[in-house]
Amino acid sequence: MQKWWWKILAIVMVLYSIAMGFLGNVPRLNILNETIRNLYFHVPLWFAMLVQMGISWVFALMYLNGYKMKYDILSSRAAFVGGMFALPGLITGSIWATFTWGKPWVAEDPKLQGVMAAMIVYFVYYLLRALIPDAQTKARISAVYNIFAFIMTFVFIMIYPRLAPNSLHPGNGGNPAFGKYDMDNMMRLVFYPACMGWILMSIWLLNVLNRMKKLQYKLDNDEEVN
Amino acid sequence: MSLFDNLKMKRFLLFNFAFLIFNSVAFAQTEEPQMADGFRADGKIFVVVLVLSVVFACLATYLIIIDRKIKKLEDNFSNKK
Repeated sequence: MQKWWWKILAIVMVLYSIAMGFLGNVPRLNILNETIRNLYFHVPLWFAMLVQMGISWVFALMYLNGYKMKYDILSSRAAFVGGMFALPGLITGSIWATFTWGKPWVAEDPKLQGVMAAMIVYFVYYLLRALIPDAQTKARISAVYNIFAFIMTFVFIMIYPRLAPNSLHPGNGGNPAFGKYDMDNMMRLVFYPACMGWILMSIWLLNVLNRMKKLQYKLDNDEEVN
Repeated sequence: MSLFDNLKMKRFLLFNFAFLIFNSVAFAQTEEPQMADGFRADGKIFVVVLVLSVVFACLATYLIIIDRKIKKLEDNFSNKK
């Protein structure tokens, strides 16, 4: 039970955010109307993605310091879980944009450009891992690439859109984030648990995938992962 | 006479125009953003919450089951050693 409490906490937090996300009060705003509730579901996906890519980056560095396979397994699984959260993040963003900005993809928007660039960077990471057959070479090359990938992703998603002169996306290009004006204290009570819940869910997924890959490794190599 | 009429007319039109603009601006400001209040008042929103909760609960339960299966596999592996 000691090891389980955070998994239960993750489920409870997400269930709470689903219930309060629909039942709680939200500010009455033009254009957004009820879609402001998407904040509880779209934004936590991206936070979880960034956390996973961060974990992936840290363990890529740890792998390069001693070439232990267990770090490569953890690092690569985190990158895959991050991608798995980025995909619904992108789709939900597109759906939301269709009904508030008028079209699913605003190509000139810096936030969307940054996200697209980051996705391409990680797509290349997955390609690298898929195309290199030798496990050691794969681990080393993808770890070195990962150092670049996470830093570029951070620049593309967090820094570049904020420096851009204008953006439709809240929190970018001189455009205030939801937190400044639109999100009242009632929304914060739902938004923060939603973020924590989804981040914990992503860590749980990482935990499961990591253990699965380690078992696979033992089966293939007939030895413990070192 | 016609000059007076003209002035009167102008003033009348100007006033009307100003009134129209004022009216439209005032109306735009008092208009409330549309929210799904009726839907909420009906209590139907609970149906949505229930459906989504069940979907998520099922997926979470599946994840718990997978987690336990992997735990069993791990135990099997360590017993072999």
